[in-house]
Amino acid sequence: MLAEMIQRLFERQLDLAVQARAREGEWLADLWTEVAEMGLPLALLSEDEGGFGLSPTETGEVLRQLGLHAVPLPVAETMGANRLLAKAGLPLAEGPAGLARADDLAVEQGRIKGVVTRVAWGADLDCLALAVGDTLYRVPRSGWSVAEAGTALNFHPRPSLLIDCEVADSAPLPRCPMAEGAALRAFQIAGALEAALDMTLDHTATRVQFGKPLQKNQVVQHELAKLAGELACATAAADLAAEALERGDVLGVAAGSLRAREAAGAGAAIAGQMHGAIGYTREHRLHLYTTSLYTWRDEFGGQVAWAKLLGKAAIDAGSAGYWPMVTQL
Amino acid sequence: MSAIPFPAPPADSAEVIALRTEFRAFLAKQLATRGPRQRSESWYGYDRAFSRAMGQAGYLGMTWPKQYGGHERSAFERAVVVEECLAAGAPVGAHWIADRQSGPSILKYGTEAQKEQILPRIAAGECGFGIGMSEPDSGSDLAATRTKAVRDGDVYRVTGTKVWTSFAHEADYAILFCRTQGTPADRHKGTSQLIVDLKNTPGLTIKPIIDQAGQHHFNEMHFEDAVVPADMLLGEEGQGWDQVMSELAFERSGPERFLSSIELLLQLVEVLKGRDSDAAQITVGRVTARLAVLRRLSRSVAGMLQNEQDANLQAAIVKDLGALFEQGLPDIARELVDCEADPRAAGAYSAVLANIVHNAPSWSLRGGTREILRGIIARGLGTR
Repeated sequence: MLAEMIQRLFERQLDLAVQARAREGEWLADLWTEVAEMGLPLALLSEDEGGFGLSPTETGEVLRQLGLHAVPLPVAETMGANRLLAKAGLPLAEGPAGLARADDLAVEQGRIKGVVTRVAWGADLDCLALAVGDTLYRVPRSGWSVAEAGTALNFHPRPSLLIDCEVADSAPLPRCPMAEGAALRAFQIAGALEAALDMTLDHTATRVQFGKPLQKNQVVQHELAKLAGELACATAAADLAAEALERGDVLGVAAGSLRAREAAGAGAAIAGQMHGAIGYTREHRLHLYTTSLYTWRDEFGGQVAWAKLLGKAAIDAGSAGYWPMVTQL
Repeated sequence: MSAIPFPAPPADSAEVIALRTEFRAFLAKQLATRGPRQRSESWYGYDRAFSRAMGQAGYLGMTWPKQYGGHERSAFERAVVVEECLAAGAPVGAHWIADRQSGPSILKYGTEAQKEQILPRIAAGECGFGIGMSEPDSGSDLAATRTKAVRDGDVYRVTGTKVWTSFAHEADYAILFCRTQGTPADRHKGTSQLIVDLKNTPGLTIKPIIDQAGQHHFNEMHFEDAVVPADMLLGEEGQGWDQVMSELAFERSGPERFLSSIELLLQLVEVLKGRDSDAAQITVGRVTARLAVLRRLSRSVAGMLQNEQDANLQAAIVKDLGALFEQGLPDIARELVDCEADPRAAGAYSAVLANIVHNAPSWSLRGGTREILRGIIARGLGTR
């Protein structure tokens, strides 16, 4: 039901013109207000913590909606930051929030100082859930200035932030914000791939060439089947990552996140090819999804870093330990 | 909206966790002397003694009713046994087809006498089956089947040829898909299934088909006015098409669809151990992620089957992606380790690589070609 409410909100609000404003870096304040009124920032918290107490299935449905509509706001990041802050017993965010890890920040004499790179909508946030080593800091907006502008492949802002403030709220780190973010991104990727498959099915059914719909060509049907397979993998990968996150199993998060990242690239390529040149323009909605997929697959730790983590564990397990490790993921 | 749903598989129950531990111990004991090259045969490994040991220990016919020698366990418990066998390279060939698809088909469609006669023997690991579907002129196009069975009193007289029947030269029975009425132009109408005794059917000759690895799994079964008792008709005459499609659902959904080359991956990580190479870690990490997600998709299908949901579409996706995964491993290994693979090598890695390279092409052919599977998926997406 919540997923349907979210769907209605974004279908109503997110036309191409609004999406274009976000691509110019404009903060969609009115839309954020509606997101906040719906309670989405706390959606992932338990009912005791003021959240919705969603089941894992419902959580997946909600998070995929954010990808399904290419939502140009840091909703997923805010949900994740609040979940992390709640687990750490720190005050929740009062507005949009970011998730970051920066182990090279200096924490001395009660002050925290240094640069956190490429934070989604960093200039527009209320606070940051920032991990440094084994500590989680809740950094309020007054604690940073923009050090350098940055732009994601979907043209949403990714500024680097100069943190310089007194440490107010901090607690032992309950779990890594990069794992939290990677799991959230996997759901967004799955949602965006579902939208891409919907659009590709629609386009190939209605576009007529050589006297018949594209979809009547077997070669096109086979590409659609491959795209459906990538979508299935991304969805299962997101679920796998989310379950592993709850167990505190970082290798499982790595596995789910990696497969979702791979599906993002493979799926975007098929959807683009099946649309022909129109899919490569800003006139068609597909670009919202392809460029978001290009963006999300490289965030919250890169593919190389996550793959090295999982690969090293797998090689260390050797021939005797490899399969038992896989069955634990 | 268009996504093909894969419901989350339930978390392993205490029974499933205990079974995995218990079964790993069973396999460790049974396979103590089995080397990597043999393990790489996957379900082409054939050993009746191993199948009997599986049967005696209660690991065959696991989901079937006790009255037919089964153990009334869940589809998940069976899935644990199946995937652990494949991951360990156990020689499951002597019971594989019977336990996976022939037994379940007989349970679903068979007469009481057929169930009583055959199922307890499969569950005991003493009865193997082959598949009689493809013909020289009808492979993917199964409905073009020409093999004819004509009712003559209390027998059928069968004429025609079946190909690619794994272990027909070893197995006890095959389920034969044939035409009891009409001609190939009638397509799926007028088709039936017969249970054929491979050891004792006058008019049946079995000839080997040697594959490019030089190995003999496949056979041609030639029926020339062969006599099959009419009481060995499976299910209803004329309902063969629906029955064979149901049989294929058992065939397409399991972990054998992505674990065929697992032994190469195990030997690869063993070779890479201690090298501390970035490229190796990154590649193995990505491969492991693919494997973990395929396994989750396959477990999701097992959950759907347990709940008696139709999972044909999901099974086609798992098989298509699974074949790409298992066929991709030799090239991934070749990017990390230089090795001139040698089918007669003494060294584990070289011999395993050779066996996998030789056999990999068959994995996107057997049980439905890649092209057929993608057609099924596309139809499921509403394209035709």
